[in-house]
Amino acid sequence: MNALRTTALALWMLLLALPAAAVIETYEFSEPELEQRYRALSQELRCPKCQNQNIADSNAPISQDLRRLLHQQLEAGASDREILEFMVARYGEFVRYRPAFNAATAILWLAPVLLLLAGAAGLLMLLRGRKQSPTTLDSDDEARLTALLQTAEKDA
Amino acid sequence: MAPRLKLFLPLILFLVLAAFLFRGLSLDPMAMPSALIDQPLPDFQLTALADDRPLSRADVIGEPALFNVWATWCISCRVEHPYLQQLADSGVPIYGINYKDEDTAARRWLRDLGDPYRANIVDREGTLGVDLGVYGAPETYLVDADGVIRYRHVGVIDERVWRDTLEPLWREVLALETTP
Repeated sequence: MNALRTTALALWMLLLALPAAAVIETYEFSEPELEQRYRALSQELRCPKCQNQNIADSNAPISQDLRRLLHQQLEAGASDREILEFMVARYGEFVRYRPAFNAATAILWLAPVLLLLAGAAGLLMLLRGRKQSPTTLDSDDEARLTALLQTAEKDA
Repeated sequence: MAPRLKLFLPLILFLVLAAFLFRGLSLDPMAMPSALIDQPLPDFQLTALADDRPLSRADVIGEPALFNVWATWCISCRVEHPYLQQLADSGVPIYGINYKDEDTAARRWLRDLGDPYRANIVDREGTLGVDLGVYGAPETYLVDADGVIRYRHVGVIDERVWRDTLEPLWREVLALETTP
């Protein structure tokens, strides 16, 4: 039992260590606050080469360069805004996972809301249609129905 | 909505979706617009590959030219090289940006394969590359006489790319230079 627990604990610790292998190089920061901002920014910036990874996860040479630049700029006292502007000026809004809202990115930001509204509208129409469905027949229709049923019986 | 029309709703939805998906087939997901189109070529203070003398932006602008980002570790650059030589021979000025490379290997490359470049800017750390928004090699920038970037091509330049995309732009840039 004890051995099992130790093994489980060891495995769990191994799992915890996995994120450490994601990036090869490590940077020293003069202040812990800078390191936190480095983490946040490197997760928000997208690798221009691999496109579906952020620069924190990617080992592409360009991501290494951008991480180095990020570290340099943070240590030089640049604000988050300045750093993002620097990156966007070179690689376009594409480089951010949360692009600024403008004419080109409007569809990206609004599509989820629009789709949700369309879905809600569709659902509403469906529910309203269902409520109306048990319609009562007026006397003309009733007469036609009995006539039709009689002919059907005769044919059978 | 008329009940008849409602019946066609799934078909209409399908057709809209199919149209989008069909369009998606011919889109290149790697295509990315350069943020530097119509921006001036970034300033730099680097050295020339041939003789290590300093090289800056002022030394390389003044006439329309291509700026080709290359490196010896880049396989596609080797594929592209003969066509660049052909372009240079036909009179198109090409500057090289030797991107994150080793000088000795780069010099050997030019000696063995030929040198289509007016000059080569040594960008060992990739700093000019970052300022240009380069994310791989080869990339080629078309810069006009005023030093403004007019077009960026990512990937190999071959006869088709030149004929269909770059040459029309090149002629436009040349015409602009001669008219005023």
